[in-house]
Amino acid sequence: MNPAPQINPGLPNTSIKQLSTKRIRLRKSLDETKRFIKTQKIGVISLSIIMLFILLAAFAPLIAPYDPIEQDRSAFMLAPTAAHIMGTDDLGRDIFSRIIFGARVSLLVGIATVAISMICGTILGVISGYFGKVIDMAIQRVMDAIMAIPPLILALFIAALLGPAIKNVIIALTIVNIPHFARITRGEMLRIKEMNYVEASRSAGSGALRIIAKHGIPNMMAPIIVIASLTFGQSIIAEASLSFLGIGTPPPNPSWGLMLSGASSYMENAPWMVLFPGLVLSIAVLAFNLLGDALRDFLDPKLN
Amino acid sequence: MEKSTILSVDGLKTVFQTRHGYVDAINDITFTISQGETVAIVGESGSGKSVTALSIMKLLESSGQIASGQVLFNDMNLAELSDRKIRDIRGKQIAMIFQDPMSCLDPLYTIGDQIMEILKIHEDLTPAEADNRVLELLKLVGIPDGETRRNSYPHELSGGQRQRVMIAIALACRPNLLIADEPTTALDVTVQAQILGLLKQLQADFGTSIILVTHDLGVVAEMADRVIVVYSGTVVEQSGVHELFSKPEHPYTEALIRSIPRADTDRTAPLHIIRGSVPGLHEMPSGCRFHPRCDYATEICTQQEPPLFHLESDRSSRCWMKDGSLAKEFQHRLNTDNLDSRHPAPPNDAYTASKKEILLEVHNMQKHFPILKGILSRKVGAVKAVDGVSFEIFKGETLGLVGESGCGKSTTGRLILRLLDITDGEVKYGGINLAEFKGRQLKEQRKKMQIVFQDPYSSLNPRMTIGDIISEPLEIHRIASGSEKIRRAGELLEMVGLSSKDVYKFPHQFSGGQRQRIGIARALATEPELLVCDEAVSALDVSVQAQILNLLKKLQGELALSYLFISHDLNVVKYIADRICVMYLGKIVETADSETLFTNPTHPYTRALLSSVPVPDPTIKKERIILEGDVPNPAKPPSGCAFHTRCEHAKEICKSKIPEFKQMSLGHKVACHLIN
Repeated sequence: MNPAPQINPGLPNTSIKQLSTKRIRLRKSLDETKRFIKTQKIGVISLSIIMLFILLAAFAPLIAPYDPIEQDRSAFMLAPTAAHIMGTDDLGRDIFSRIIFGARVSLLVGIATVAISMICGTILGVISGYFGKVIDMAIQRVMDAIMAIPPLILALFIAALLGPAIKNVIIALTIVNIPHFARITRGEMLRIKEMNYVEASRSAGSGALRIIAKHGIPNMMAPIIVIASLTFGQSIIAEASLSFLGIGTPPPNPSWGLMLSGASSYMENAPWMVLFPGLVLSIAVLAFNLLGDALRDFLDPKLN
Repeated sequence: MEKSTILSVDGLKTVFQTRHGYVDAINDITFTISQGETVAIVGESGSGKSVTALSIMKLLESSGQIASGQVLFNDMNLAELSDRKIRDIRGKQIAMIFQDPMSCLDPLYTIGDQIMEILKIHEDLTPAEADNRVLELLKLVGIPDGETRRNSYPHELSGGQRQRVMIAIALACRPNLLIADEPTTALDVTVQAQILGLLKQLQADFGTSIILVTHDLGVVAEMADRVIVVYSGTVVEQSGVHELFSKPEHPYTEALIRSIPRADTDRTAPLHIIRGSVPGLHEMPSGCRFHPRCDYATEICTQQEPPLFHLESDRSSRCWMKDGSLAKEFQHRLNTDNLDSRHPAPPNDAYTASKKEILLEVHNMQKHFPILKGILSRKVGAVKAVDGVSFEIFKGETLGLVGESGCGKSTTGRLILRLLDITDGEVKYGGINLAEFKGRQLKEQRKKMQIVFQDPYSSLNPRMTIGDIISEPLEIHRIASGSEKIRRAGELLEMVGLSSKDVYKFPHQFSGGQRQRIGIARALATEPELLVCDEAVSALDVSVQAQILNLLKKLQGELALSYLFISHDLNVVKYIADRICVMYLGKIVETADSETLFTNPTHPYTRALLSSVPVPDPTIKKERIILEGDVPNPAKPPSGCAFHTRCEHAKEICKSKIPEFKQMSLGHKVACHLIN
């Protein structure tokens, strides 16, 4: 057995300590990045695909070979050729260019909806689960009410109320998706609250904020990530539905969902009109799902 | 009369497919069992004892399979039998009882239906005959009033009754062999005594053979005729029960028997320990699998796996010491090593020096959990988890709190730490009422009192590093941060016998015993004066339990800590505690110093509790006081003395009047009407 070292509260020099803490943090995040690249090959690939999409969207005017809105009457529903690598649509617009411009709306809606509803839903959920009683009751009844209405109708209603704009589509879809996150995180918080490590932390003197931030949320990342990757694909599709009904993207402007829904009637004559936007959407959703899985595994210390 | 062998297992090997390829869960398990005999398979967690039981029944999960060996039962090799054929044997000729009676019964069917089910599968009975059999079986396992009880659902029965139903299901078709996998581990000692008695009686009536899988050497001594000791998937010793306890032939068995605290263990000496912990399946040591933990190990043990040496009177031991040609190798080890000198005696009790200075005083403490009903959450009653408890803890002493599950002992611990709010009464810490502490003051106070939990798995946040876990209290109280924090965490780790390099590891990289050490290190971070140990060693293997008990004693000596040691294990409490309080249904029924309590137990409940504990010595046949029934529902406690429903001495007065605490002698108080 080891001899007992003396315990005495140390009071180190603060300025040196802060500097070194910062440096340690930087080193740590560098190490973590290296570890992600090393252990999560699929995650790295998915992340690259997503980055590629984002770059395409950002530099769309420079990359796209044609104007996405301009109609070319000499080129209706052309099959893919060297000039139009993904063909043209029923109004003679270049599909490749429309996909690149469409990525702007679709990715914005998908990412923003997931991010905002995840943050709001998680906050509501953990508060609900941790404090319980009246607060829990109030939050959960509101969530029940939102979930009771069919999501598209609710989104339609909110978007109609706020007027047609991308911003309002995001707000509508966020409200629709918040209950999913709130439900899951509430259940997880209830479970984690009963764990001994939370009790140990309480008996050491920590308050609600610390327990939620240090013990609660890190231990519920796995289900949150699963819901987030599902929500991403759903909201891109939902944006299309809203646009189709005239509340999302105004018609000449492209979005992946709008392209898909517009092309469905030409499926037999011009399959490429459905194929390419569909393919791009699938790749984006898949990339997000795989990135989610990789992130989940990466954050789980047991799998390292 | 030579009894016929009914099952013989020969060279059984079972492998499991894991992420790291195939691993041996059990390897070369060989034993036989005769008609009417009880063979105990003993081992610590991960030793392969349950896998052995499951392999015999071919009930392994899909990742496991029998790689070689045979299981002969009535001239059939079960290991090679098809699934279709083995189904006829399961339940009819070989039956099994599992550990957890809560999850082994289907909550959607009545117990009558569940017993009936097995009869329908295996027996060709008319409905009337089957009905009769169900009633007969319920009577047999001691469930009275079968006609109405057969319509009960599992949730309406207590743990002990559920285990009786499990036994009824197992015995429904009069099997020749019963495999009981930890049948009483989940039960309280008084209920365990009932169930063990029932199993013995049924065995005498029907001549059933029993394979008893357990980790509890007390239960082994009580029940078994022969014992098979398994370690890391191999049989290390096989012997009759008397020989095993009087003269263990394998160092592991010897160490195991010595490491359990018993009623007669010297409290002032440290317990014998087995260092380290049971190796995981994919970190199997070379040579003899026990050598890294063995006090006698020499060169050959590290290199070559010993065979099973057959000794006189049908015993065998897997140890090189039994090889006559190697006797010289071990001779010097046996002579030079005085085992006792290896483990330093703990420093003198700080308690005796500063005795009689009260640290914590609890007076008439109560905790009632309301029972709410309906959408408006109306209060319809209360569970009196703690109902008027008074005691004090002196500086530097260990107060033991014992009782069966549901008696309110854990709630008491949490109330003292103010993890729960008191309903009524007061807790004074250093003379100040704890209820008066608020906000910052309470936070300061929390530094002085910490808790160590039972479950080493849920008590550490799996997403935090060990350094962060241990230093969390330092961060909360702004005692240290940054690199200073990590340095302190390292110091604390060294203090509990781990390495300071472990600060960057995560909890899952440690064994149960090591996690418990980490939990203790965290509790010590704020330099507390009082530690509440809530079943702190109950979830650990016996060899590791001794390590933790020694550590707690050592730390108490060094840091002048006071402990409130909550446990259901009387022998552990006897070993560690200076004084003991016995709780029953939210009340303390007897308080005494531990010597007095064990030599002169006065309350009928204490006496029954002490007599129910199985003693790891087959030569002692205790006069047992079997308590009828189970602990009553704390929401509806019996009137008067709460114990009167189970007390064999109960008189009229016990039913109406709550007994007062009477002083027997200095520090020995009893709450019972029968004491004058």
